[in-house]
Amino acid sequence: MFLINCPYCGERDQQEFKAGGEAHIERPKQPTELSDDEWAEYLFMRKNIKGVQFERWNHAHGCRKWFNMARDTSNDEIKAIYKIGEKPPTQ
Amino acid sequence: MRNKYSIFSLFKNALSYHENWQRAWKDPAPKKEYDAVIVGGGGHGLATAYYLAKKHNMQNIAVVEKGWIGGGNTGRNTTIIRSNYLWDASAGLYDHALKIWEGLSQELNYNVMFSQRGVMNLAHNLQDVRDLKRRTHANRLNGIDAVYLNTEEVKKFCPIINTSQDIRYPVLGGTLQRRAGTARHDAVAWGYARGADEMGVDIIQNCEVKSIKRSGDTVEGIETTKGFIKTKKIGVVAAGHSSVVANMAGLKLPLESKPLQALVSEPVKPIIDTVVMSNAVHAYVSQSDKGELVIGAGTDDYISYSQKGSHQIVEGTLNAILELYPIFSRMRMLRQWGGIVDICPDASPILSKTSIKGLYFNCGWGTGGFKATPGSGDLFAHTIANDEPHKLNAAFNLNRFVSGDLVDEHGAAAVAH
Repeated sequence: MFLINCPYCGERDQQEFKAGGEAHIERPKQPTELSDDEWAEYLFMRKNIKGVQFERWNHAHGCRKWFNMARDTSNDEIKAIYKIGEKPPTQ
Repeated sequence: MRNKYSIFSLFKNALSYHENWQRAWKDPAPKKEYDAVIVGGGGHGLATAYYLAKKHNMQNIAVVEKGWIGGGNTGRNTTIIRSNYLWDASAGLYDHALKIWEGLSQELNYNVMFSQRGVMNLAHNLQDVRDLKRRTHANRLNGIDAVYLNTEEVKKFCPIINTSQDIRYPVLGGTLQRRAGTARHDAVAWGYARGADEMGVDIIQNCEVKSIKRSGDTVEGIETTKGFIKTKKIGVVAAGHSSVVANMAGLKLPLESKPLQALVSEPVKPIIDTVVMSNAVHAYVSQSDKGELVIGAGTDDYISYSQKGSHQIVEGTLNAILELYPIFSRMRMLRQWGGIVDICPDASPILSKTSIKGLYFNCGWGTGGFKATPGSGDLFAHTIANDEPHKLNAAFNLNRFVSGDLVDEHGAAAVAH
């Protein structure tokens, strides 16, 4: 369990949030032209990183807004929080 | 040659204060080359090595384990064994395992304390009732024993359950698989390790895989903390860390690794002689031979390799346990822990070849891998030895995520994931 600093509401208990999985998976621009392999890649294949991972979170029991997070999955340490649409931090 | 465990060996060793028992397995340094290397010394990995040696005559093999054997999820699960899965493919897979469980202690000459005390799954709402009835029918068509119980029969089978209809999630019925039960999880790892070691398998502990060497689309070996090991076949059975190993070979898997928690209470006299699971409120409980209540909680929704989960998950499970079993209200919990489970989008495992020749994956067991240990090892050994799957694990290939032939056991598997 950890505290999450919602970019809209401030620091709240993790219990208020819902994890949304890996971030920056772009929806295919032309879905009708996708091969089965490309669909599988988009829908199912995940990096599932041990280390710093970019992921989406939703403040489900708060402002209900989505945002992004860089978090070290080996020790649950949050490295950065940034809004949807922003580029992931490089450091 | 290994000494056989028996009442006589127990007596003989008692005379020397149990100080002269033979080592159960050796502690070898890795050789330069093996015919096959299994990455991961948990129950599934050790079982794979055991069946490779026993049924496929591959004795020049090794199991490499980054920690100690059975120190991962094999030693962290709640030891439940059952095969009452909905779909035909799953029923075949899990019942194959259950059949091996039934003779495993004799086969291994190692008491895995397999106890067919039955597993009961509870229904708390109308949809549960429908789903569980459907599942009992499906199970029986697949030759798996299953009965549906009404509320009175549930109460009769497990008298400490609160079946009053005014609780938040009243018990409306349940299913019972009598052949299901529990086993001693550590003994499973130790028994398979001892059996594999006896046939010449090298079990190498404290040996972490650092990279996988390939030439083109063929594997050549693994770089480990104990040096390079040359091999043509690598079977990865790394549970929560499967994606990490896959990444070394440049592969991506459809897995997410999440913390799953369990807890045990202080030991008490026998109070519950079966396993009761509830999907809707996510609580399951059994009692170990030591007398501890063994309680399984749920997974967190975020990816983590930290082997610890959130407090509210445990709290939610205990809320449900207390409502169903008011008699436990003054029990104290002794220990709580987490393990990292690798969950597939369809909540079914992967036992499969990959696009890289000589690289095989056995992963994605999610929250329910322990029950499948013997069957998983047997079928994965078949897959590695023959370079093609057995008919029982053919449906659990990696390609199903491309073809769309998912084995969707979410919910249908009788437990929430």
